[in-house]
Amino acid sequence: MNGVTPDQVDQSLTSQLSIRSVTKTFPGKSGFLDKLLGKSSRDFTAIEDISMEIEPNTFVTIIGPSGCGKSTLLGMVAGLMPITSGEILLNGNPITGPGPNRGMVFQNYALMPWMTVEENIRFAVETVHPDLSDKGMKRLIKENIQLVGLEGAESKHPHELSGGMRQRVGIARALAIDPQILLMDEPFGALDALTRGFLQEEIERIWERQRKTVIMITHSIDEALLLSDRIVMMTRGPAARVDEILEVPFPRPRDRESIEQHPAYHDLKAEMESHLFRETRAVEAARIGRK
Amino acid sequence: MAVTSAAPPTKEKSESLWLNENVKAAGLFILSLVLFLSFWEIGARAGWFSKGMPTASATFKEFWWWVTNPFFDNGPNDLGIGWNLLISLRRVAIGYVLASVVAVPLGVLIGMSPVARKGFNPYVQLLKPVSPLAWLPLGLYILRDSEQTGVFIIFISSIWPTLINTSFGVANVDKDYLDVANTLGASRLRTIFKVIIPAALPNIVSGLRISMGIAWLVIVAAEMLLGTGLGYFIWNEWNNLSVPNILVAIFIIGIVGLILDNIFAVLEKVVAFGRNS
Repeated sequence: MNGVTPDQVDQSLTSQLSIRSVTKTFPGKSGFLDKLLGKSSRDFTAIEDISMEIEPNTFVTIIGPSGCGKSTLLGMVAGLMPITSGEILLNGNPITGPGPNRGMVFQNYALMPWMTVEENIRFAVETVHPDLSDKGMKRLIKENIQLVGLEGAESKHPHELSGGMRQRVGIARALAIDPQILLMDEPFGALDALTRGFLQEEIERIWERQRKTVIMITHSIDEALLLSDRIVMMTRGPAARVDEILEVPFPRPRDRESIEQHPAYHDLKAEMESHLFRETRAVEAARIGRK
Repeated sequence: MAVTSAAPPTKEKSESLWLNENVKAAGLFILSLVLFLSFWEIGARAGWFSKGMPTASATFKEFWWWVTNPFFDNGPNDLGIGWNLLISLRRVAIGYVLASVVAVPLGVLIGMSPVARKGFNPYVQLLKPVSPLAWLPLGLYILRDSEQTGVFIIFISSIWPTLINTSFGVANVDKDYLDVANTLGASRLRTIFKVIIPAALPNIVSGLRISMGIAWLVIVAAEMLLGTGLGYFIWNEWNNLSVPNILVAIFIIGIVGLILDNIFAVLEKVVAFGRNS
């Protein structure tokens, strides 16, 4: 424990997920052949020295300008991407690969088009619990379909559903395996504004029932404020870092109208807006400067 | 995401029957057919073509006779067209099924492993452009049997499209699907059978469709040099200088090819599930 302050020790004892000094570097091409062909490129550091502690039953949102490595961070928590340096601990055990203790919701839903709604969820449950009885399996699938409000659509294929309904299936699939942590990568990014608002409120409702630890990536300030307990604001990439972590004090259950009445709402929103605006402007400036 | 229900642009005016696209197309088809048949009939009667060219009506009579008497057997040189068709179909079926049984698993392997892809690519690239008939002498020499040689030719020519399409489909499975399987901790085998193969199925079926088309093309040519079958029927009728029978056979080969292709077109729709192929 040398080099760790007592405060950090306390925090990591209660936290479910610890991200410790995590850096991700994508190696560039620097081999002899690449140099010969003039194709060599430098290593690219996506995120640098990111640390955070996430307690159980917390809804954490990560927000930042595009290209800041949010998805990279989530990919490493999911175990889909190797960590360059640092470590991520789940209940004290380092994450070395993907596993069913983390459920993932994808931006493009990632439903298997050849499976019905029920079969998509069944695929997940069967993979994680191969020994479950047929009865138990059916009950679990039914419960999760009801949870996301998709009764009646069980035997439809994804292409017969709207985007919002597809993402409900994606959420049901992730929840059906009862993960310890739910990871959501811009889950509403591909939806129109109305469906998006509706689904955000659904997520709030579902979260109140299960109170799972959630890490969600988003671009939307309103979405973050409605759903999160904590908002992690990241700086622009390359070598993105955590700029600031905001605590969201609104009481639960929440809805859009009531949080807007809360005295802290406008300050938080203004703070996030100025952060995002500053970072995005710097990204744009850097892009123009490079050309 | 692709728009799943792309409706054709609707016109505000309710179109009259005569302006409907399908009606127009059918009209064009019938008109051109009538023109062609009358040109043929008149030309043959007036002696515009080579000597012995049959008239359209004579050919049609001959066609009717063959399709109403498909199954008679007076020895290998006088066999009903039904028997010949079945013989050709059987050869195609055996060679094609064997080719598919080899090509699909091999395609999956090649598609999943970049090493296998690079390792096998030279064979595929070298053998793919070889005309199927170039294998004929080799087949006859090795197998010493015309029946087996026919099957071998079908096998060797119909293996490539399925192999190439399968490996392409498997190599290009949407990464999201694989991520789903990975995050759930699915085993390699489960991922292959439940995710990779179903995801690549539209490509696999397109490959099978192209392979079937090629097999049907090749069998006729190969059978001219073997005995029996539709190809041999044509060759035999050429030796008899019976041009109407040759035309009848061409028509039947076309119809059967059309039916086979349509079966696969239906299959392609069945496995698409809203993915546009």
